[in-house]
Amino acid sequence: MTLQTTTTEYTAVQAPGRLRLFTWRLKRALRSPRPWLMLSGVALWLFTYWLLTEGLRLPRFDKIPGPVVVLSEIFSRTPFQGISVFTEIYYDHILASCRRIFLAFAIATGVGVPLGLLMGWSLRFRAYTFPILETLRPIPVLAWVPIAILAFPGFEWPVIFLATLASLFVTTLNAMLGVQSIDDAYFRAAGCLGSSRWQVFRHVVVPGALPYVFTGLQISIGVAWFSLVAAEMVSGDLGLGYMIVDAYMNNVTVPMVIGMLTLGFVGWATSALVRAVGNAMMRWHMRALAIQGR
Amino acid sequence: MTLSTFPLGARPQGHPALGSLSLRSVSKVYDAGGIAVPAVQNCSIEVAPGEVCMIVGPSGCGKTTLLNAIAGFHPISSGEILMDGALLCGPGRPQADTGADRIVVFQNGALFPWKTLIENVAYGPMVQGTLPRRAAEDRARELLGEAGLADVAHRYPGEVSSGMARRAEIVRALINEPRVLLLDEPYRAMDALTKSIMHESLLALYDRTRVTIFFITHDIEEAIFLGDKVHVMTTRPCRLKQTIEVNLPRPRSYELLTSEEFRLLSEEAREAISEEAIKAFQSGEREA
Ligand SMILES: Nc1ncnc2c1ncn2[C@@H]1O[C@H](COP(=O)(O)OP(=O)(O)OP(=O)(O)O)[C@@H](O)[C@H]1O
Ligand SMILES: [Mg+2]
Repeated sequence: MTLQTTTTEYTAVQAPGRLRLFTWRLKRALRSPRPWLMLSGVALWLFTYWLLTEGLRLPRFDKIPGPVVVLSEIFSRTPFQGISVFTEIYYDHILASCRRIFLAFAIATGVGVPLGLLMGWSLRFRAYTFPILETLRPIPVLAWVPIAILAFPGFEWPVIFLATLASLFVTTLNAMLGVQSIDDAYFRAAGCLGSSRWQVFRHVVVPGALPYVFTGLQISIGVAWFSLVAAEMVSGDLGLGYMIVDAYMNNVTVPMVIGMLTLGFVGWATSALVRAVGNAMMRWHMRALAIQGR
Repeated sequence: MTLSTFPLGARPQGHPALGSLSLRSVSKVYDAGGIAVPAVQNCSIEVAPGEVCMIVGPSGCGKTTLLNAIAGFHPISSGEILMDGALLCGPGRPQADTGADRIVVFQNGALFPWKTLIENVAYGPMVQGTLPRRAAEDRARELLGEAGLADVAHRYPGEVSSGMARRAEIVRALINEPRVLLLDEPYRAMDALTKSIMHESLLALYDRTRVTIFFITHDIEEAIFLGDKVHVMTTRPCRLKQTIEVNLPRPRSYELLTSEEFRLLSEEAREAISEEAIKAFQSGEREA
C-alpha cells in the first residue's frame, strides 16, 4: 500500500499525467489566437458563399444552392432531392468510394514503395524500369479509361484500377527520390560497420527514405481520390463521384454540393490518417523537426 | 576474446599489437569531367600500432581523399596501402574493402538519425553477428555510460548536442574493436570549450584502448595535444612534407598547453604549415 503511494508520487513529479497534459494543452490552445482565427476564417467563407448565392442572388450564382438550402437539406429527415445524412443511400455512396480508395491506396503503396526503393537503391534496376515509368506517368488517368473498361470486368475493378494507377506513380517516384536523398555518409558508415547489402537496405535505405515516402503517400492519397472520382463519374453505379454526376443528370443541385463537401471532409480525414501513421513511424524525424522549432 | 570481457575494447595482456598502417607512394587522380585532378601524389606514411597519427595540411590538399582510400570508399591510382602487413589496396586491387577493422568517424557526423544512440552503438556487433541484439544493446548501454552518455542513450541523434553525438559516434566505432580509427576533422565545427571536452574524452578512450588513430585536422594545437606524430602535408597534390615527433608523456592533461615544449612544437608545426598555406593561397590566386 505504502509502496503504491510512493510510486504515484514519483510519476506525478516525473511527468504530468495524460489528462493534465491534455487539459493544459487545451487551455493553452484556447488562449492562443489560432482557434479563433480559424473560426472566423470559416465564418467569413460561409458568409461570402451565402452572400453570393442566397443573399444577393447574383446572376449565375443563383443556380448554385446556397449554404442555408444545403444545410437544411443535409440534416432533413425527408430531403427534397433524395440525399441527406438520414438516407441510407448517402452512406452507400461514401462506403463504396472509401472501399475503393482503401483498395487502390493499399495496392499502390504495396507495389509502389518497394518498387521505388529498389529503383533508388539499385542502378541496374533503375535502368530497367525508369524509362517505362517515365513514359507511362504523364498519360492522364482519363486516357486510361477505355483500356480499363476493356481489360477489367464489371464496374468495380476498372474504377479501382484507375484510382491505383496515378497514386502508384506518385508513390514510386517519391520512394525513389527518398533513397536518392539519403546522405552518402550513412551508406559509408553502414559499410564500415560491417553491414551486408541486405542489412544496408533494411537499416539505411528503408528508414532513410521514409520521410519522402510519407510525403509521397500524402500526395498519393489525394491523387487517388482525384482519379477515383473522375473514374466514378465516367463509369460506375455507386460512389461519391457517381452521386455528383447522377444528381447533375437528374437536374438536382443540392446532392452535387453535398457530394463535394463530403469528398472534402472524407479526403481530409484520409490524408490526416496517413499523416498520423507517418508521424508514428518516424518519431526520430518528428522530434528532430520539433527541436528545430518546426 | 569476447567483446564483453574487457572495458571498451581494451586488449588483453600479451595480445599481439595490431593496427599498423603503411602507405607507400600512394597517388590518387580524380577525373573531374575529363580533367585529371591529382589529389594525392607519392604519399608515404608509416603508422605504428597504437599510434595517434595526426594529419594537418592546407584546405583542399587531399587529406580526406587519403583517408577515404584507407577506409575503402574509393580506389587509388597507384601505390599501395597495407594494414598489419596485409595488402588493403595496391597493384591489381585498386580499392580496399570496407570493414569493421577500419572505422571512420565522419566530418559531419553519420550516426543514423533514425536509430537511438543505443541502437546506433549496438548496430555494428549486431549486423556482424558478433553479439545477439539484446547483448549488443546491453554492451552499448555500458559503453555509452562509460563515455558519460547514459542519460541520453535512448535519445535520437537529432535530440542531443553535436558534442554528444560525436562522442557516441566514437563509441559506435570502438565497440567493434577496430584496429584503426579514422577521424576526419571530427571537431571542426565545435566551439573551443566543447572541443576541449571532446579532446579529454577521446584521450580517455585512447588511454584505455590504445587503438591506432588516424586523425585529420586543421588545428595545430589539437594535433600536438592529441598526437604522437604530426604529419604536415603539402598543398595539393598531397605529399608528406614534414613529420613532427611529439614526445610528450601520456596521459596528457591541459597543463601541457602552457608548457614550453608544447609551445616550441606548435611553432615548428605552424611554420611548416603556413609555408604550405601560403603556397596554396598563391596557386589558388593564379588559378582564379
Ligand atoms: N570526386 C572528386 N572529383 C574531383 N575532384 C575532387 C573530388 N573530390 C575531391 N576533389 C578535389 O581533390 C582535392 C582534395 O580534396 P579533399 O577533400 O581530399 O581535400 P581535404 O584536404 O580533405 O580538404 P578540406 O581540408 O577542405 O577537408 C580538392 O581540390 C578537391 O576539389
Ligand atoms: Mg576534408
